[in-house]
Amino acid sequence: MSEEVARSEAPKQDELGHGQAMAEVDPTAAGATLRHLLKGGAGRNVGLVIALVLLCIVGVATAGDRFASTANVLTILRLAAVIGVVSIGMTFVITGGGIDLSVGAMVALASVWATTLATQQLAADYHWIFMVSTALLVGAACGLVNGVLVAYGKIVPFIATLAMLAGARGLAEILSDRKTQIISVNSFVDFFGGSLIGIPVLVWMFLLVAAAGWVLLNRTTFGRRTFAVGGNAEAARLAGIKVQRHTVALYILAGLCCGIAAVMLMARTTTGSATHGGLYELDAIAAVVIGGTLLSGGRGTIVGTVFGVLIFTTLNNVFTLNNLSISAQSVAKGLIIVIAVLLQQRLAARATAP
Amino acid sequence: MTEYDVPAGGQDLLRMTGIVKEFPGVRALDGVDLDIRRGEVHCLLGQNGAGKSTLIRVLTGAHKPDAGTIQVNGQVVSLNTPADSMRLGIAAIYQELDLVPDLTVAENVFLGHEPARFGLTRRSEANTKARELLKGLGHGEIPPGRTVGLLSAAGQQVVSMARALSRQARLIVMDEPSAVLDSEEVDNLFRVIRDLTAQGVAVVYISHRLEEIREIGDRVTVLKDGATVATGLDARETPTAELIRLMTGRSIEYVFPPRAELAGDAPVVLEVENLSRPREFARIGFSVRAGEILGLAGLVGSGRSEVLETVYGARRAATGFVRVDGKVLAPGKVQQAVKAGVGLAPEERKSQALLLDEAVYKNITVSSMGRFASGGFLNSHAERQAAEELTKALDVRPAGVEHPVRNLSGGNQQKVVLARWLMRDCRVLLLDEPTRGVDVGARSEIYALVRKLAASGVAIVLVSSEVEEVLGLADRVVVMREGRAVHTGPAQDIDEHQVLDLVMEGSAV
Repeated sequence: MSEEVARSEAPKQDELGHGQAMAEVDPTAAGATLRHLLKGGAGRNVGLVIALVLLCIVGVATAGDRFASTANVLTILRLAAVIGVVSIGMTFVITGGGIDLSVGAMVALASVWATTLATQQLAADYHWIFMVSTALLVGAACGLVNGVLVAYGKIVPFIATLAMLAGARGLAEILSDRKTQIISVNSFVDFFGGSLIGIPVLVWMFLLVAAAGWVLLNRTTFGRRTFAVGGNAEAARLAGIKVQRHTVALYILAGLCCGIAAVMLMARTTTGSATHGGLYELDAIAAVVIGGTLLSGGRGTIVGTVFGVLIFTTLNNVFTLNNLSISAQSVAKGLIIVIAVLLQQRLAARATAP
Repeated sequence: MTEYDVPAGGQDLLRMTGIVKEFPGVRALDGVDLDIRRGEVHCLLGQNGAGKSTLIRVLTGAHKPDAGTIQVNGQVVSLNTPADSMRLGIAAIYQELDLVPDLTVAENVFLGHEPARFGLTRRSEANTKARELLKGLGHGEIPPGRTVGLLSAAGQQVVSMARALSRQARLIVMDEPSAVLDSEEVDNLFRVIRDLTAQGVAVVYISHRLEEIREIGDRVTVLKDGATVATGLDARETPTAELIRLMTGRSIEYVFPPRAELAGDAPVVLEVENLSRPREFARIGFSVRAGEILGLAGLVGSGRSEVLETVYGARRAATGFVRVDGKVLAPGKVQQAVKAGVGLAPEERKSQALLLDEAVYKNITVSSMGRFASGGFLNSHAERQAAEELTKALDVRPAGVEHPVRNLSGGNQQKVVLARWLMRDCRVLLLDEPTRGVDVGARSEIYALVRKLAASGVAIVLVSSEVEEVLGLADRVVVMREGRAVHTGPAQDIDEHQVLDLVMEGSAV
């Protein structure tokens, strides 16, 4: 076994050696950097970049300027922003070995609660911050319930969050009396619906959440513990990590992201509604998984998730521009998920072969 | 000393000659000879690691031997898959019963060969046949429709036996069947075994309890270091001293580092008092001083590992307490133990200690992340540097802290676990089977490392299935049998024979 590994690695080193000699740079540093890049995030994300570029080529070829216009690109980004923020939260939960099926329902409940007459009155009288903090609090509270059920109630995440999915959406319907609540607080719509330096505030928010998520996952003790808990919960516990408390924190984080997404969706649609966020759980899980995060936990990537979201949103956009049906989009989506996961499993099998 | 009695070839049901099985770095079987006659109870004796489990796995087709021949009824056969063994009438009843707990008794009995017509299972026929088999085993009271998970351990064992019989087994291997049974159930087991042998079925019986071997066994084969050292011994007449002498002593000599003189004023670091957990162990007490290694010896299931995990807080003690540096630890709180400076290198390294896909340095720093973080942000450069110092000091190979731990050998993985606790400067280190899955060469390194740790003032508790390891490495020994400490004393004052005598015969001597 180990001999095979040695043999298969030998030519790689040769290639690297050649490249360094040709480029005439400090061989050790350049080689190490290149190897590090290929092994690290960039190497894993090459496939995603290629997929996105291919989609854009198809977009330009079939829809021309209608696809390649600034307005259209901003539309794609605005659409990607909401599901993107939800997917960042989902990335944490899945990396930590869980799953959250209730994200769409939490978005709906948060949007409804933040647009009730009372909340809007408060916002109109004082500041829109009351609507925002309501949405965030509702999301975080739902996440807390999810987390406690999973970590302390020992209910499997699939079931606990399935219950939250049903419960939160039902509660949203009760609160809104199944009516769409129109936002009349102009300051709120103006701020979140506006742009900063030519880029929509929604897109800024997505970038901010993604950047914060990346730092949190890759540069902090919290992130390291997330990998440990998701990779081997028993080993993490015996290493002295507070596994239960950490699990709760992960679900709160996902809920918080849903609260942010609710604010963004409220701004985009100028409404709060119990039907908001329909099937977000599936879109988010799909984006996270094709991004390269392991559904079984222990490995996760924020950059991959961002690409996953962009790929799905661009796909929708290209199909819509070509007047193809939603049904055709769904078929394409299904194919992409299967292909991406098959590829991922091959790569994982190769990585663990020795 | 070897009494080879050469049986007439026709009498043999099974004959194994010169069986060799190698795993990377280990020669698990190194020339095993075994012959089993029809209708006999053949007992296999040997210490942990002598090769009994591997031999069973060769017999049941789970492992393919690298050399040697197997004959069944005088015909040379190859047992490449479990199906091959089943077809030849060989079945095994394992320590961990391999039943599906959510299926019924009858479904388990006929799993894989269900009575069926046109692909539809015939439930009533299966139930009827299962009832007959159970009745034949003297357990007609077990309803065939009952879910197996609801049965007692003894009941499950009977189901396992019924399954073997449903496949017309001629040879049944029983791996420590009495470990899960109380004395009354053992009597019933023996009755069943006698019934089976009367019908010509042969039983290979593995047990550490000599009194059982004397009662039920016909002949004994002793394994040591993967080879047969004696076979065909009379199970009733061979003296205990002779059996133990055959089992002990080792062809491979491990190098144990010399013991250090313990300073007279070395403070007591770990105190365990009156620790109990129902059905696991009772009234265990000991204390370990700084720089001292305390060894816990005993068979698997004697409660050694459970004691260790309870001290660590991974299990909650029912009574008693654990003190570190005079401070009582709250029961069942790993956090608090870690904070007080206790570290555990658990028995199942891969599932309980390591994050296999993570880099070496992340595995080392996982318990001391706080040291490398400010405001929650990790300084991974400092992490790598500190980890590198440790891996260099412990000579972890391959060098470099970026490799995923999965790619390291067992010995090097164990060093990574030790490095984790070294990084915390822990006061108490609990080592559970520190050399399991570690090849012979790396063992001496681990031993030297453990001794060095002790010399630096750490109090160490060592659990091992290998008596030689406990006696060679520890300063003091606690011998456990069935959840109780039966002997405590300096390691030099007791030898391997005496320890084995204590754990196998106990009060029966």
